[in-house]
Amino acid sequence: MKLRPLQAALAALLLSTATSVAAKPLVVCTEASPEGFDIVQYTTAVTADAAAETVFNRLVDFKPGTTDIEPALAERWEISPDGLTYTFHLRQGVKFHTTEYFTPSREMNADDVLWSFQRQLDPSHPWHDKASVGFPYFESMGFKDLLKRVEKVDEHTVSFTLTRPEAPFLRDLAMAFTSIYSAEYANQLLAANKTGSLNSQPIGTGPFIFQRYKKDAQIRFKANPEYFRGKPPSDTLVLTIATDNNVRLQKLKANECQIALYPKPDDIPSIRKDPNLKVDELEALTTGYIALNTEHKYLDDVRVRKAINLAFDKQAHVDQLFGKGNALLGINPYPPTLIGFNTANHNPPRDLDKARALLKEAGVPEGTVLTLYTRNGGGPTNPNPRLSAEMLQADLARIGLKVDIRVMEWAEMLKRAKKGEPDMVSTGWAGDNGDPDNFLSPLLSCDAVKSGENYARWCNPVFQALITKARETIDTGERAALYEKALAVYDEDQPWISIAHPKMFTAMRKNVEGFHISPLTTNNFATTLVK
Amino acid sequence: MFSFIARRLGLLIPTFFGITLLTFALIRLIPGDPVEVMMGERRVDPEMHAQAMERLGLNKPLPVQYLDYITKLAQGDLGESLRTRESVWKEFLTLFPATLELALAALLFAGVFGLLAGVIAALKRGSLLDHGVMGISLTGYSMPIFWWGLILIMFFSVSLGWTPVSERISSLYDIEPITGFMLIDTLFSEEEGAFKDALMHLILPAIVLGTIPLAVIARMTRSSMLEVLREDYIRTARAKGLSPGRVVFVHGLRNALIPVLTVFGLQVGTLLGGAVLTETIFSWPGIGKWLIEAIGARDYPVVQNGILLIACLVILVNFVVDILYGLVNPRIRHQR
Repeated sequence: MKLRPLQAALAALLLSTATSVAAKPLVVCTEASPEGFDIVQYTTAVTADAAAETVFNRLVDFKPGTTDIEPALAERWEISPDGLTYTFHLRQGVKFHTTEYFTPSREMNADDVLWSFQRQLDPSHPWHDKASVGFPYFESMGFKDLLKRVEKVDEHTVSFTLTRPEAPFLRDLAMAFTSIYSAEYANQLLAANKTGSLNSQPIGTGPFIFQRYKKDAQIRFKANPEYFRGKPPSDTLVLTIATDNNVRLQKLKANECQIALYPKPDDIPSIRKDPNLKVDELEALTTGYIALNTEHKYLDDVRVRKAINLAFDKQAHVDQLFGKGNALLGINPYPPTLIGFNTANHNPPRDLDKARALLKEAGVPEGTVLTLYTRNGGGPTNPNPRLSAEMLQADLARIGLKVDIRVMEWAEMLKRAKKGEPDMVSTGWAGDNGDPDNFLSPLLSCDAVKSGENYARWCNPVFQALITKARETIDTGERAALYEKALAVYDEDQPWISIAHPKMFTAMRKNVEGFHISPLTTNNFATTLVK
Repeated sequence: MFSFIARRLGLLIPTFFGITLLTFALIRLIPGDPVEVMMGERRVDPEMHAQAMERLGLNKPLPVQYLDYITKLAQGDLGESLRTRESVWKEFLTLFPATLELALAALLFAGVFGLLAGVIAALKRGSLLDHGVMGISLTGYSMPIFWWGLILIMFFSVSLGWTPVSERISSLYDIEPITGFMLIDTLFSEEEGAFKDALMHLILPAIVLGTIPLAVIARMTRSSMLEVLREDYIRTARAKGLSPGRVVFVHGLRNALIPVLTVFGLQVGTLLGGAVLTETIFSWPGIGKWLIEAIGARDYPVVQNGILLIACLVILVNFVVDILYGLVNPRIRHQR
């Protein structure tokens, strides 16, 4: 049959329409817009999902759904006996993405790894100053002081020399800020004076190829057919931005997205009842806690801190805040899934008489006022800060302590807490890499008293010596034993009320398969499929 | 007329400076600087903090920062977002069509139904219908936008499945942004059904955003119509034997519309303000959502210039209304 040109054009149009509409993408409802795609410039989980988990890979990755390390762009590695040199052997045959804006002429090699680290480490690197706010995660993880040098041994081998042994180093290398970029692409951008494009048109080796970002609406990716772990089962991935969690749930119910991230704990029972939906849950690496300022009058006495912990009805608090079964009671500063969790530590039964006696012994007058700073909006580690503060207030009133609750904006609260202003501060922490050091050093070390993040301002030399030694010990068993000891010291001194380790939830349609909720609050869709 | 326009233009200069000063000061009054907010609970290296603040020019004294800001503004430079590192002007141009499209749809909805409700209520004054219409409009006026949006979503989108929950278009369609107006862009696109899909996405947000203006327009139309219907020329028109429809719509509504049109102008501000909430509920990628996120991130250039651009728009609309009024009513033109 012969077609006239017009008919042929129409047929082609219909055909193209049919195919474009027929291919169903995997749509994920996420909570906020990414700041950009040059991931090393940013710290938020939503940006990590949109760039690090889709476009990029690192030398090593976290195994899906765990905090265990698995080889990624590095096939294998060796650690020198002194723990100071790490040699990585790169996987061969890994290709960077081919897009409308970049065609790689070579495969990933040591130059790309070097570029990705030197850019952040070396102030004379041509790309160092292109990041206006610097490299926040690299700085905050102390990489500037930790990395002595990064060298190319040969085309496919790279070595890292550290200034001190650092046991969490491998886990650090699985974090978003160590993503491996294409040096070739960066050089092209620099030569064309288009350095801004690194942030808007990313190139990596990851499971998905960036297609388009419609600002504040959606990010579209297509599957990388040459991905070294095999092409992802979903041809198209769309991250659609719906700020409100009620709206995300309604969109999921209407099948406008197949996965809804961060549902409200309150909604979990109704989602479970819906025949079309299911919920995936996991103990996340988060802790909600109240830091007790150990430098302030009365709270500098461990008996007072113990009295507060004894008067606090933790179970009622956690049930009310998170819903029954949605959070583990806090005992230690980090959840039990991490090594060195001290199981001998426990929550003492509530004992108001003993608490009163301790206060009396410490000479705390009846009606003593303690300030409690808390934030105005809820977050994953505390969905309702005001209610939480009021419950503590009621508990402490029963042992004769008055709590002056100051609800303030988050940034202001942190600023004041870092200066050591409040007696007590209600806050939380989300772990970055599944290592205990990632909780203990930033939150309870003596260094963190100086920088301010140790809101309890608790500097115990024994505890400090134990966590420093543990950080430098490579053997996992030995490390675990050191952390157990450190946590015993923590328990003896009680600088915090460790409240809860909330569970993390992801709601999805029943026909979604292959999604692994991650304890690290990032989301990867490389193995996810809508059946 | 020339001196009238010159006088009005002269008033714009202090207004403009007032806005720049106010937004500059207000965003800096909110605690936390952009670097601290970005780092959150994480350790902020003091050296890194100082370097970043210097690079962003935020370590200078406030008057110097303000002067820098005004100098750049005078050169037409709106700066770049601290959060996304994109040009503020480019971001505004990308997002504004979405807000404008929604605002126009809301205005259309509010105009058509508001006028209709106002006319009906005026004609049936004192009746159950009048009380009903005015009662509903009062409820509409007092409706919390967030609640109203969610109720409509749960009923029409989830229970009945008639309309989509949120966004501008279904994720099945990948529409190339040409004009930024989704209804127009879908017409250019080759994807079948995209226009209808975009239109369906517009209905609920337009209703939610248009509810308050609708209530205002309905009440204004009613009182204006009641006044006009008492006029002698209406009686004359009736006496001449004109049909009731002609009396109401040609002689009555046309004259009653003058104050209503002013309300239309004033509603531009309401629509842009209301867009902040409506855009959040419906995941509508417009300037409202953009500004909210910018305030959260202490993105000074976006907040300052985004608000300035919106304020300029409102000023412009009011300026045009002033001029039109001056043209229509010479008494205003001569007021000092």
